[in-house]
Amino acid sequence: MHLDFGAVLTPQYAHWILWGAATSAALFLSSWVLAFASAAVLVAIGSAPFRGARWAVAGFVAYHRNIPMLVQIFVWYFAVPQLLPEPLTRWVNSHNSEFIFAMIALFLNAAAYMSEDMRSGLRALPPAQMEAGRALGLSYLQTMRDVLLPQAVRAALPALVNQSLSLFKATSLAMAVGVAEMTYTSRQVENETYRTFETFAIASLFYVTLSFAIMALGAWADRRNLRAAGH
Amino acid sequence: MIVFDKVEKWYGSFHALKDVCETVAAGEVVVVCGPSGSGKSTLIRTVNRLEPIQGGRIAIDGRDIHGPSIDVNELRSHIGFVFQQFNLFPHLSVARNVMLAPMRVHRMPEKAAREAALALLDKVGLAHKADEFPPRLSGGQQQRVAIARALAMKPPVMLFDEPTSALDPELVGEVLTVMKQLAAEGMTMVCVTHEMGFAREVADRVIFMDAGAVLERAKPEDFFLRPQHPRATKFVSDIRHA
Repeated sequence: MHLDFGAVLTPQYAHWILWGAATSAALFLSSWVLAFASAAVLVAIGSAPFRGARWAVAGFVAYHRNIPMLVQIFVWYFAVPQLLPEPLTRWVNSHNSEFIFAMIALFLNAAAYMSEDMRSGLRALPPAQMEAGRALGLSYLQTMRDVLLPQAVRAALPALVNQSLSLFKATSLAMAVGVAEMTYTSRQVENETYRTFETFAIASLFYVTLSFAIMALGAWADRRNLRAAGH
Repeated sequence: MIVFDKVEKWYGSFHALKDVCETVAAGEVVVVCGPSGSGKSTLIRTVNRLEPIQGGRIAIDGRDIHGPSIDVNELRSHIGFVFQQFNLFPHLSVARNVMLAPMRVHRMPEKAAREAALALLDKVGLAHKADEFPPRLSGGQQQRVAIARALAMKPPVMLFDEPTSALDPELVGEVLTVMKQLAAEGMTMVCVTHEMGFAREVADRVIFMDAGAVLERAKPEDFFLRPQHPRATKFVSDIRHA
């Protein structure tokens, strides 16, 4: 077989591919930031001494862990807009609704998984850490934010890196609702050029490069933690 | 300053504090001792509401601290508490450990908080460790940081829960030195400790507890030389031979 990358890297196709790469990266970064922040909030709520709060968080996690990601994206893109008031639907539709709904579905799903990882990180901490914060006069939420969650995130770092990789790869599912991310634009280039190996080799290279970058960031954060802990 | 009035505490069916009536005056240093499980840690933990009580009343400067109108965070910010296991925050530098509560609870600006923290660390002899992380410090150093962290809120009263029990013997002295210095400055202190030397040198009073009840209160020299209650006599003889 003869490989010809020139055929898929003409100015127009290169532009599509770069557009797809930028969209994938934007989808990942925005949903990651929202997922991480929501996970921290979920853990703080779920660890509070109120049964109702714990059940609400457990329900949220169960929904997102037990239904396929693609179904969740469809629910947000096709079903939720029917529940919104008409003016809001129009506004969302004129503002890249595919991207927005896919991002919401992705970040909520990742938040559920990340909150479980942070929760197990939290359980690995000595209970006296909460007591030490409260004894200084810090509130429950202040102690969570400044004392417990930073340590829980460090303890859960390897698992959180895994979730980040899963989230990054799951961004490709957004093509199903028409988000022009990397998988979608690659498919388009492949459709036009019939250069299947070349286009998906480029897409794979993109995914593997960003995945390695995520892993390298995780390893860097881990080294920094170990140094701080005196190792 | 602190008044215990008929305090009762239960853990399920276990009667942890029995009819405790005690008064700690401002500037007083009180040592609480007794065999393990006697309720002495529980007693000081009720003072900042780390433990609820089921009966009686604890008042600080006349305020019923277990009453419904008390803001527990505000209350605790005026009571320094030092734990047996130090419980420093391992992910924060030594200075940050000391700065956290003043910055969050008192909204102190970072620069002022750091200056105050460095002054306190200097007081406990650890200014040079300000940017080190707690796991790299010895137990004695960690406990001195924990004392500085509690002092950062400028509490009028300090509670110590067996502050030297988790330390290697050669590290006990440096912590006691800091505590003696605090006592000399007029700090109101309630210390759960078996350090007889400390009690004799700085305590105004020793309270002896067993099985949740206060069995004896005496001046330190009287308590250690002439304990009255039979269980106090046995306790003093036991720690002498330890």
